[in-house]
Amino acid sequence: MGVFVAKGRVSIVVERCKACGFCVEFCPTEVLALSSAFNAKGYHPPHVVAPEKCSGCDLCGMYCPDFAIYGYKNQGQKNEEPQPEVNNEG
Amino acid sequence: MSTLVNPTAINPVEPFLRSDRMPHIWCPGCGIGTTVNSFARALIESKIDLKTLALVSGIGCTGRVAGYVKLDSFHTTHGRAIPFATGLKLANPNLNVVVYSGDGDLSAIGGNHLIHAARRNIDLKVICVNNLIYAMTGGQTAPTTPGHAITSTSPYGTFEPAFNLPHLVEAAGAVYVARWTTYHVRQLARSIAEAFKKKGFSFIEVISPCPTLYQRRNKLGDGLDTMKYYKEKSKTKHGAPTGELGLTMQGEIIVGKFVDRDRPDYSSLLKAQMHESLGERYVDYDEEQGYACGDGGCAEDSCH
Amino acid sequence: MKADPRGVLTGTHFLDGDHACCEGALAAGARFAAGYPITPSTEIVERFAARVPTVGGSFIQMEDELAASIALQGGVWGGAKAFTVTSGPGFSLMMEHIGYAAMTETPCVFVDVQRGGPSTGLPTLPAQADMMQARWGSHGDYEIIALCPNSPQECFDLTVKAFNFAEEFRVPVMFMMDEVVGHMTEKVVIPPADQIEVVPRKHTRKTVEEYLPYATDGDMVPEMAHAGEGYKFHVTGLTHDERGYPNMTPQTQHALVTRLQNKIRSAAGRIAMFEEEATENADVIVVSYGITSRIAQRAIEMARERGLKVGKLRLITVWPFPEKKIRELAERTKAFVVPELNLGQMVREVERAAGGKARTILVPHAGGSVHHPEEILAAIQEAVR
Repeated sequence: MGVFVAKGRVSIVVERCKACGFCVEFCPTEVLALSSAFNAKGYHPPHVVAPEKCSGCDLCGMYCPDFAIYGYKNQGQKNEEPQPEVNNEG
Repeated sequence: MSTLVNPTAINPVEPFLRSDRMPHIWCPGCGIGTTVNSFARALIESKIDLKTLALVSGIGCTGRVAGYVKLDSFHTTHGRAIPFATGLKLANPNLNVVVYSGDGDLSAIGGNHLIHAARRNIDLKVICVNNLIYAMTGGQTAPTTPGHAITSTSPYGTFEPAFNLPHLVEAAGAVYVARWTTYHVRQLARSIAEAFKKKGFSFIEVISPCPTLYQRRNKLGDGLDTMKYYKEKSKTKHGAPTGELGLTMQGEIIVGKFVDRDRPDYSSLLKAQMHESLGERYVDYDEEQGYACGDGGCAEDSCH
Repeated sequence: MKADPRGVLTGTHFLDGDHACCEGALAAGARFAAGYPITPSTEIVERFAARVPTVGGSFIQMEDELAASIALQGGVWGGAKAFTVTSGPGFSLMMEHIGYAAMTETPCVFVDVQRGGPSTGLPTLPAQADMMQARWGSHGDYEIIALCPNSPQECFDLTVKAFNFAEEFRVPVMFMMDEVVGHMTEKVVIPPADQIEVVPRKHTRKTVEEYLPYATDGDMVPEMAHAGEGYKFHVTGLTHDERGYPNMTPQTQHALVTRLQNKIRSAAGRIAMFEEEATENADVIVVSYGITSRIAQRAIEMARERGLKVGKLRLITVWPFPEKKIRELAERTKAFVVPELNLGQMVREVERAAGGKARTILVPHAGGSVHHPEEILAAIQEAVR
């Protein structure tokens, strides 16, 4: 018993989603499902159905062809991934 | 059950996108966007200075990648991304030049340039998204379309043998040849990062769904069905002989890294030849001045 | 600014037009060329291949003209001044990319050493039958600048001018030589570098945040950046807005395409170069260009020896066509005689600009050799009748 704290969460840009279903299918812990809501284009974006299972692995983000979702590890977690460094230096 | 938009964490791919142009035009279930995620990961991992990165594309659905990435990007003419990229690289050897284009663009109209750039071993990283069709123009047969497929220009089914692209570019001289599918997001990112470390002509083929045309016309389901097919039927065989990598409709897809060899690239060969023939008289590329800066090219005081 | 002395072969030389053209390119600052062999232009890049490694630059012989005509543009966006050379069949192949250069406003030079056509035609013999193609060869609405030398000396001087126009207007410039001018050997004087004026690239001074690749002000020519400088700009052949982003609407189309046209047309007076002689009281004016102008010169002399009042207008800039000058002359003269090494191309422009105010008489020649002065003389005599 006790409280389970998810290791990660997802962030969804609802308006970019085209409901292809990749994120739902390839999430290793089945965190997502397509919702019954609509975005402006008429697609059903995903929503989190099992937040406690999210590890923040970002496979959803890697699969999403529309850049509409990404996962990240909660802060304070072991093995937290640092924010990606974008090298813009000269 | 809530989804939170957290302002402190960003999508790793977002800094590489022209966010003001989202959402993009690719269809639901199209795999091109997925390849861009892998590309972004590879850029992050290899710590390439983005200032030095130039991306060149041709015409087609994959060609639109150039317009969506926040890099110096060039959307050129059909089939001619590779020669344009060659000119870029020769005028400024410090650039990391990526060619990101589709199977029709690179192997049909662009075929001649593909093999010559591989022959010369120009230092280019070519990402060829192969959706087995000419997608943008409505689903016509491509040199990569597998046998018996229905396309808009083969309404009774294709019958031409298709290109085996890894085999073609290996024979032409490429130093790095790999193939993945859009299911293999991490492996693709890794291959692209490896290609950035290589000097010479690198070619990475990515098999991708075109749910609207190729899959739909051939009753093969949607993008997700295709991804499941990739997962099920792909077989990783690093180092497999490229002659055995032919694709059939819904058949096995052999993926992996097939060629990783070392040959001097075009610029090294050019320099070696010039030094040998001209000795002291050869004026090499000036790292500081380039070819243009100085008196002959840019304005004196606007030099970067 | 002055030419970079490293590329200037100062001195008095005995060169043919092709070779002089190559020296002109080097003097103008060209440091990259992509070419494909085609008679009678090949010597230009052969010389460039020999010269540029000791000046500082590179040449690549591409696999075809389609590749050459776009590789040079990659070279431009990588920071170099670049050009290619060709003749009729190659010129035809390059048309798509000439349009791309016009649309993306890529400054560059395309040299066409014209030969007999159509198709394979007469590879080693002259014609001037690509003149309309130079202007209209690619699809869509666009403007180019075309120059026409008539001597090896002009092949040097005008090539420098061609590069200068290309940079000033961010436009592809067609350098319309012909086989005779290209292969004739004459004295060519190349001055010291500090006497050669070159126009530098219109490079932006704006910061990365401020810069818009296709924003313009009064002169309608946007500022340019090169790959590798951190501007992260996008270039496309699709109809685009000031950000360089594809924007395929009639409004953007209108704005873009009319600007591409007007940036040249509004400066046409300055771009138009010609040689004018004795046109004030002329009964007939001979309008010619390129090698034909040299035979026309002889014909004019012969006509004057017979007491005829003949003026001369030699076109140096062929496009944009100097219609203002023709219109002005049409008021004063009875007729224009237009000899050209084709079956009637620039004569149409003369006729159009003359607006019926003066007769226009074509002296055609299908190509393969040059006119006899007598042919042109006969037309002059006919014109004054």
